[in-house]
Amino acid sequence: MDNTPPIPVAEPVNRPTTPLPPSPALEQDPGTFAPGELPLTDQAALKAPPMIEVEGINLFYGTKQALYDINLTVRRNTVMALIGPSGCGKSTLLRSINRMNDLIDGVRIEGRVTVAGEDIYAPGVDVISLRKRMGMVFQKSNPFPKSIYENVAYGLRIQGVKDRAIVDEAVERSLIGAGLWDEVKDRLHDSGLGLSGGQQQRLCIARALAVKPDVILMDEPCSALDPLATGRIEELIFELKRDYTIVIVTHNMQQAARVSDYTAFFWMGKLVEVGLTEKLFTNPRERMTEDYISGRFG
Amino acid sequence: MAGIREWWRRGSALIWLSGSALALSILMITGLVGYIAAKGLGFFWPHELVQIQTPEGAVLGQITGREEAHGETPAKVQFRVGNRDLYGQDYRWVGAEAMATASRPNDAVLIERLEYGAFIGRIQSLQRQGTTQATGWAALDQARTLIHETELLRERIRTIETRDTAKLNRRVEELHKERRKAEAAGRSTEGMDAREAELNKAFEALQQRLETLRSEAQALTVTLASVDGQTKEVPLSEILRIVPSNAMGTVGKTGVYLARLWEFLVDDPRESNTEGGIFPAIFGTVMMVLIMSILVVPLGVLAALFLREYARQGVLVRLVRISVNNLAGVPSIVFGVFGLGFFVYTLGGSLDAIFFKDKLPTPTFGTGGILWASLTLALLTVPVVIVATEEALSSVPRSLREASLALGATKWQTMWKVVIPGAMPGILTGLVLAMARGAGEVAPLMLTGVVKLAPAMPLDTSFPFLHLDRKFMHLGFHIYDVGFQSPNSEAAKPMVFMTALLLLLVVLVLNLAALRLRQKLRARAGGSSF
Repeated sequence: MDNTPPIPVAEPVNRPTTPLPPSPALEQDPGTFAPGELPLTDQAALKAPPMIEVEGINLFYGTKQALYDINLTVRRNTVMALIGPSGCGKSTLLRSINRMNDLIDGVRIEGRVTVAGEDIYAPGVDVISLRKRMGMVFQKSNPFPKSIYENVAYGLRIQGVKDRAIVDEAVERSLIGAGLWDEVKDRLHDSGLGLSGGQQQRLCIARALAVKPDVILMDEPCSALDPLATGRIEELIFELKRDYTIVIVTHNMQQAARVSDYTAFFWMGKLVEVGLTEKLFTNPRERMTEDYISGRFG
Repeated sequence: MAGIREWWRRGSALIWLSGSALALSILMITGLVGYIAAKGLGFFWPHELVQIQTPEGAVLGQITGREEAHGETPAKVQFRVGNRDLYGQDYRWVGAEAMATASRPNDAVLIERLEYGAFIGRIQSLQRQGTTQATGWAALDQARTLIHETELLRERIRTIETRDTAKLNRRVEELHKERRKAEAAGRSTEGMDAREAELNKAFEALQQRLETLRSEAQALTVTLASVDGQTKEVPLSEILRIVPSNAMGTVGKTGVYLARLWEFLVDDPRESNTEGGIFPAIFGTVMMVLIMSILVVPLGVLAALFLREYARQGVLVRLVRISVNNLAGVPSIVFGVFGLGFFVYTLGGSLDAIFFKDKLPTPTFGTGGILWASLTLALLTVPVVIVATEEALSSVPRSLREASLALGATKWQTMWKVVIPGAMPGILTGLVLAMARGAGEVAPLMLTGVVKLAPAMPLDTSFPFLHLDRKFMHLGFHIYDVGFQSPNSEAAKPMVFMTALLLLLVVLVLNLAALRLRQKLRARAGGSSF
């Protein structure tokens, strides 16, 4: 690498006081490794079993190929950020993890995606129960035109949960977990559409949390929000990391640097580099990564 | 030239053009409604009674029209003289020069009767059991007081004739059915004879009561005198209202007006639909529209749901969509013919053969009825609902569907819990359009179940309460019938306008109800675009 100084990583807003997983030993040279393979010296890696394993994924929209041989591992209770310029396939990969791409006509996928040891593209897999284990938060917040309570309770209701006490408890827990409880606890039965943009996005997060998923997939959750709201959601992600595995697609490199443990850089459907966030941003391996991070293109 | 081009470019021309178009449309609508209202609402006002002297004799009546002089024919004035039983016709044209002798006698009355329409003249005397009780003004006053009693009497007679007799008849019929069943099964019919005797006795008692009441009703009579000296004795119980128009102030006249309006809305028709009220027609129209809506909305919504959400979008689906849209252009009488052939004869005939065998050859469902009429109209309006629902479904944003699916909902759950509630305002728009179209169509109804005078209403107190096999009356058909099929077209003219106004009102009320519902749903859904 040449001697350009590392990109100054902005201090994250309001780091929580609870201890985070121990940062890996950076003194040890991780050595060279193929994209997708994480350093074995990573303490977190040793402790955290793999949650999502993407192996050799090629995705086609009709005849046009969108993803080229992607190999990626996401460890349990970590945050993986997918960064890259527009149209490079980050959202497509994200949607492949909970099989939302099945909804688009003409999509063909080759390769394997394993979630908690189970191949999700195997024939006979129940897509509905798969999606119940993964929460998804979209770029533009999309609360249902129902009350706040009903929004959060939706996931439980479609599973047939009727017990009022259970639903109440889940709604409260999720809203607290999403950091929205104090603001809405007096107006749970008002329409969800009456909230501000940031609150709506947190409502969508609460909605995803209510069914206690294993994984939360976030597709540019803060791109439509102001910095204050963005900061609150980033705080949230720190706290959620303790109980959930999170994959977040973001356009905003600084956000990726603030929020994630691991970052994967995509370019034109190919995975260029993946590694520990601190390392990728301070001392990236690939020239292209460094150019992107320093703003030379994209 | 440049000035004009500049003016055109500035766009003021478009503002004027669009403004005038809107103004013209509003003018046409208000003109239509206003004209109908003016012609119709004036019908109930008790106009003054004018007496004039013509070369042929005196004429007493209400002025209902004027005609200007044209060339040789002199100016004329039309009088409503009533007294159809004495004169043979209700209306008369009189030369305008006779108006010079016009006077407004205070004791002239217009009497609304059960038979032969209105009587215009004077009350000569009041008799009880043949002996004269009062004459002249006193007779008028007494008659106006006593009329309330006779009204009650009339009501009681009617109740016995209709409700009580009908009840007894039903019980006799049930007994007969039981008897037939018992005989067929070989059981004894002992107790039944006693019951039949009891019922017959009750019947006789009822008849007796009826006789007494009837003779009581005939006791009080009034002698009416027309302006040319003819007299007629009429029992007071056959008189509905005495209106001494010239002796009444505005308050009194308003009272009469409101009473007549009320009667128009809640009473049954008389004199082959040219008098009385049109309540059965209002009821029939509303009921038919409601049944039609109940049938068309699920059918249309489910069809649109399949077309838009489940069917694979290809050539076949496009063909189906085109056909559905074209169905909206088929003339309504064609639907009527289809309804007659398929619903009435085929379906109705089969229903009769299976369920109502013992009533054959009298058809129950094998003839026109409110069910078949509503079904025919539902078929007529289904394209409207399908198109509106499809639009509404596609206006539900994809993001909401994705959110639901990402939470692990099945497509069916997403449809039921997110998409359809979100599309509700649009579906209701479709309902409003369907109701507006359906309430106005008359041609298909004429073939499938509407009648001039229905003996009973489709909804009443006898089990099973909702009689879908009964024929019904309809406001639209009533207009046609009263306007063109009535024996007395002059008397019927104001009725036509009034019924048209009422039809407009009924459709307006139904639409407003649906629109209000849509507004509430829209507010709850946070403002969807449709």
